[in-house]
Amino acid sequence: MGGKVNKVFDPARRRFLTEGFRSVAGVALVAGVLGAWQRQAKALPATAIRPPGALDEEDFQGACIRCGLCVRDCPYDILKLAEFGEPVALGTPWFHARTGPCEMCEDIPCVVACPTGALDHALTDITKARMGLALITDQEACIAFQGLRCEVCFNVCPVRGKAITLELHHNKRSGKHALFIPVVHSSDCTGCGKCEEACILDEAAIKVLPIHLVKGMLGRHYRLGWKEKEKAGHSLVTPDTPHQYNLPEGLKYDYEGKGLIREQQPSGPQDTPFSSNPLDTLNRKGGL
Amino acid sequence: MKAGQMPGAEAREAKAWLGANRWLLARRVTQIGILLLFLVGPWFGWWIVKGNLSSSMTLDVLPLTDPLLLLQVLLSGHVPELVAFTGVAIVLAFYLLVGGRVYCSWVCPVNMVTDLAEWLRMRFNIKGGGHLSRRLRYWLLGLVLLLPLLTGALAWELINPVSLAHRGILFGMGLGWMVILGIFLLDLLIARRAWCGHLCPVGAFYGLIGRFSVLRVSADNRSACDDCMDCFAVCPEQQVIKPALKGAPKGLGPLIDDGLCTNCGRCIDVCAQDVFHFTHRFDNPVPAAVAGPTHRSEASP
Repeated sequence: MGGKVNKVFDPARRRFLTEGFRSVAGVALVAGVLGAWQRQAKALPATAIRPPGALDEEDFQGACIRCGLCVRDCPYDILKLAEFGEPVALGTPWFHARTGPCEMCEDIPCVVACPTGALDHALTDITKARMGLALITDQEACIAFQGLRCEVCFNVCPVRGKAITLELHHNKRSGKHALFIPVVHSSDCTGCGKCEEACILDEAAIKVLPIHLVKGMLGRHYRLGWKEKEKAGHSLVTPDTPHQYNLPEGLKYDYEGKGLIREQQPSGPQDTPFSSNPLDTLNRKGGL
Repeated sequence: MKAGQMPGAEAREAKAWLGANRWLLARRVTQIGILLLFLVGPWFGWWIVKGNLSSSMTLDVLPLTDPLLLLQVLLSGHVPELVAFTGVAIVLAFYLLVGGRVYCSWVCPVNMVTDLAEWLRMRFNIKGGGHLSRRLRYWLLGLVLLLPLLTGALAWELINPVSLAHRGILFGMGLGWMVILGIFLLDLLIARRAWCGHLCPVGAFYGLIGRFSVLRVSADNRSACDDCMDCFAVCPEQQVIKPALKGAPKGLGPLIDDGLCTNCGRCIDVCAQDVFHFTHRFDNPVPAAVAGPTHRSEASP
């Protein structure tokens, strides 16, 4: 029996199998840890903004080789490479809008420097960059909503008058002034972060956030009736029924603006629809 | 090497200190010099080289890109710009010429850390001898290439100590020193040359590039070997020496013909008998004296 076992035992084979098994186990462990870590690393913190032209985060982390050439060619030194222990994938470039926003260079040197196209070389017009989207995150704190004149975000915006516009609203508190409300337009906002940097509050009330966190989307089936009507040039369902009002004789109502209209009453003796005698009203033809 | 002596003691007597440390000094000067080339930009605004070892641009004309990184990018499903391919071609051509693992011993900043650990091991006779297979690095290399396929991202770059060290020195280390310290302790206490000689997938990759490289170390004066074992003691890839140094009876030439040799030249330094020299891969005279016996032994039943 013992002899048989010895015959089968081959030290070289045993060593090969043991080593192979250990290697597979060890590498599988590393694979599991790295795989899980990578999934986590794809969740970019909302305040970490990628340089202009950056691919979607999913693709970016496969394309960026973390060389820092974009960092070196940024003339304003706003980009940094994520360090070990920071919540951004190690070695990838990012900036923080509040402390150092993108200055939107016309020649976009960071994109030109990128050797892999993780910053897409198709981006040649910096106003087409979409690094994020500005959002008034706190209307309670923004002083424009209190009726105070500020408009700093509107004035520092590099796409001035397009990415942020001011809308006038009635100031209910004073009853006679206007609120100059800043409104961000995703059609033109590049997400550069100049507004967030410039916001005069201790904690900015306007912030640049990843587009997917800011943008809502109407259900695809949804249609806005008045827009469809405009497109078709006519009502898409039954024609509008004329409004009918149960008004005293001699009165009409124009619902599109003029309001109550008193018609000429050639036949009646009264020149007001309401007699001073309440019985006249009660006995009027047609009742109430 | 006599008991109680550090390897190279006899060489120091024979060739003086400088002669016994020539290649080591040249390597340190190169390693630090390359770091300085990258550092004088951020330090003094002299922009000779921008970027880091992953990809760099020298004097705005010479692009260099790490081939292993480009391969990972391609496997993640992204096709990089042409300049990255140009950079990889130049790097590949260079290392095919001088030996792939010249990257490890002459360029990589981690080498200085692991060399220090190894020196301390010898100096203080630290014996921690955990067994690691030298093939583990190929498993890890496979993993490094598999992860971009599975995750679509360069997952290895979340931890890669090689790029982490170099990038950290140039752009900010953060807590990265913990990874470097981990490797130092691994090499110092767990197993000799554990990182560079057993685990590092970057080194494994450059070893594959260097499989057919031109510049080689040769034990061309092997007949003078007095079996002092100093070369074995200092070599980071000990297994590559034996076939060249002791292969004469088996009909093997004196050339260290192995991609894993890092061309560090330390064996040349520590040999008091001047057995080793740098040469090219075609300078490998197969010993004529043993051609006969080998032939006979094959012919016999």
